[in-house]
Amino acid sequence: MSPVLQGAATILIGVFGCIGYFYASNIILDRVLFPARGPKAGRNINRANQVRPWLFLFPAIFALGLYLVYPVVGSFYRSLFDRAGDDFIGLGNYIDLINEPTFRTAVFNNFLWILVVPAGSTFFGLAAAQLTDRLRWGNIAKSLIFMPMAISFVGASLIWKFVYANNADIGLINAAREALFGAEPLDVLQIPFWNNFFLMFILIWIQTGFAMVILSAALRGIPEETIEAAIIDGANPFQVFFRIKVPQIMGTIVVVWTTITILVLKVFDIVYTMTGGNFGTQILPSYMMGYMFRDNGRATAVAFVIMVIVLPVMVWNIVQARREQR
Amino acid sequence: MADLRLKDIAKAYGEVEVLSNINLDIKKGELIVFVGPSGCGKSTLLRMIAGLERITGGDLHIDGMRVNDMPPAQRGIAMVFQSYALYPHMTVRENMAFALKLAGKSKQETEQAVNKAADMLQLGPYLDRLPKALSGGQRQRVAIGRSIVRDPKVYLFDEPLSNLDAALRVATRIEIAQLKESMPDSTMIYVTHDQVEAMTLASRIVVLAGGGISQVGTPLELYQKPHNEFVAQFIGSPAMNLLPGEIVETGETTLVRLSDGGQARAAIPTREADKGMQVNLGVRPEDVIVTEGDEFLYRGKVEITEALGELTVLYFEKKGEAPPFLGKLPGVHAQLRGSPVKLRAEPENLHLFHEGTSLLYR
Repeated sequence: MSPVLQGAATILIGVFGCIGYFYASNIILDRVLFPARGPKAGRNINRANQVRPWLFLFPAIFALGLYLVYPVVGSFYRSLFDRAGDDFIGLGNYIDLINEPTFRTAVFNNFLWILVVPAGSTFFGLAAAQLTDRLRWGNIAKSLIFMPMAISFVGASLIWKFVYANNADIGLINAAREALFGAEPLDVLQIPFWNNFFLMFILIWIQTGFAMVILSAALRGIPEETIEAAIIDGANPFQVFFRIKVPQIMGTIVVVWTTITILVLKVFDIVYTMTGGNFGTQILPSYMMGYMFRDNGRATAVAFVIMVIVLPVMVWNIVQARREQR
Repeated sequence: MADLRLKDIAKAYGEVEVLSNINLDIKKGELIVFVGPSGCGKSTLLRMIAGLERITGGDLHIDGMRVNDMPPAQRGIAMVFQSYALYPHMTVRENMAFALKLAGKSKQETEQAVNKAADMLQLGPYLDRLPKALSGGQRQRVAIGRSIVRDPKVYLFDEPLSNLDAALRVATRIEIAQLKESMPDSTMIYVTHDQVEAMTLASRIVVLAGGGISQVGTPLELYQKPHNEFVAQFIGSPAMNLLPGEIVETGETTLVRLSDGGQARAAIPTREADKGMQVNLGVRPEDVIVTEGDEFLYRGKVEITEALGELTVLYFEKKGEAPPFLGKLPGVHAQLRGSPVKLRAEPENLHLFHEGTSLLYR
């Protein structure tokens, strides 16, 4: 069958399957299970209405269960087996991880990323949002800052590979070093410890736009009168910003911060394409990628470690986001 | 506790002039109310005094000092906003203490000032609450407390009661009146579109219209001797009726023959030369009296009656383009609906306007 036909068939089956499911299941509920007639008509109507929400929720619950809950449980189960997946080795994979120096480096680096990237992105985003707020060309500035969001992580890494290139004719950094100090070119990605920050900077560069857009909307939502009242109360622009504006958008700042934190724990592309995890730049996601398809037991164990680190951040994020909506 | 002088104050946004030629002297201890229809610039004028809007022409003096270019915090003013404008992340206490904290006052001094203001406004039990845990009236009291704490020279109120429901509005209005009484030296400027607030609170009312001051005077002056038709119709509710006519007799009192048949004698002196002048006769709905006699100033059929218990509002049939004539009679008169009625009024309750301006102010 041609792909076009296949696609059309899938859409048709999907859409009409949904309609058919809702129609049929409701009919069964109303006619067969709890018919609205006979001596118990009133009670049956109430019961049918109690069941009905679950009819509508069922497809979503089923799909989420199949594609989210099952993989989590399955991964954990898989992480208890060896490379081939035949022999049960208990927590062996986890014990091996702890004993491996690269894993420890990855965990340490990952915590650095978690500390630096969300802080950097949120800080620059907030600064950009505030500074562009009243400018006539503020919207142009905002679009420019937002643009990296549209670039894939691999694409962004390629761009920054040029910036960091070990050649004064190509690399911006080495060109600047040569022009200013007449220094010989060097590979910044091989400077121990600090190379991590050069990699983090790429993600900050990408995520600042996201933070700026959300925080800019939040800043606009602050009632103008509270700012005017503060001005009359004698607050200078810095006091207005830090003591009136920032506290009022604290909830949004937390949501932005935690959202970026969760992202940090997922992004492997930058490290994978820039250094491949060499020179002490390994982080958990790219470390996991290194094991994938070679030793699935080990890879799923890493995945589980990542999930355990993300979980509390995720919970906090959702709690904050809900509080914001209220 | 200061006096203000506004001299030729003007405000323009680019080419558009919204206020011009505002001249006003406000004495220490006065409560001045700015009223006017929406869009007349009353809030803009208040914000210019506060320093939130730039003054584009003229001079503003507070206590003899020109403050045009002085930032708001140094002008010695405090402002109460319509939306309260409390800082939502601070408790009541922190809200009130904020200005003093910024000014670097000692903890003890701040504490004292906050407690004193809280006592005055009965906010004591709420000092550690956040604004969102307060009712609208309490929030507005906190906003007022926040301005008292600063001990300003001039208090500015920007429609402070507009966000409250009717009952609370009356209660808070009385509180503001009491507050003013307890601080007789403080100067207050109050913006409102509600004329009841204006009439009850003001020592003097400033009616703003068409980008300028229409009339300044005590509430009763404005009610009894309006300078022009706009003020006459703006103060008092329902608005004053205006009937076109011609002066037929001059002297100590003036006789006017009205275009639609009636006539009335007004206790307004006119000169011999005024005979034949086209005028508008103004009569307030509450001043009309039902009459059976031959001398009437208005005759018409009652179309609608609104019985409010204490009084009845009569809406007469429209004649031509003019808005319908209204009467307000004490007591219940529902039976008047649909019947022809003749009305007269006492001479001292009548007003005469020529080309919009009262004959009293020629």
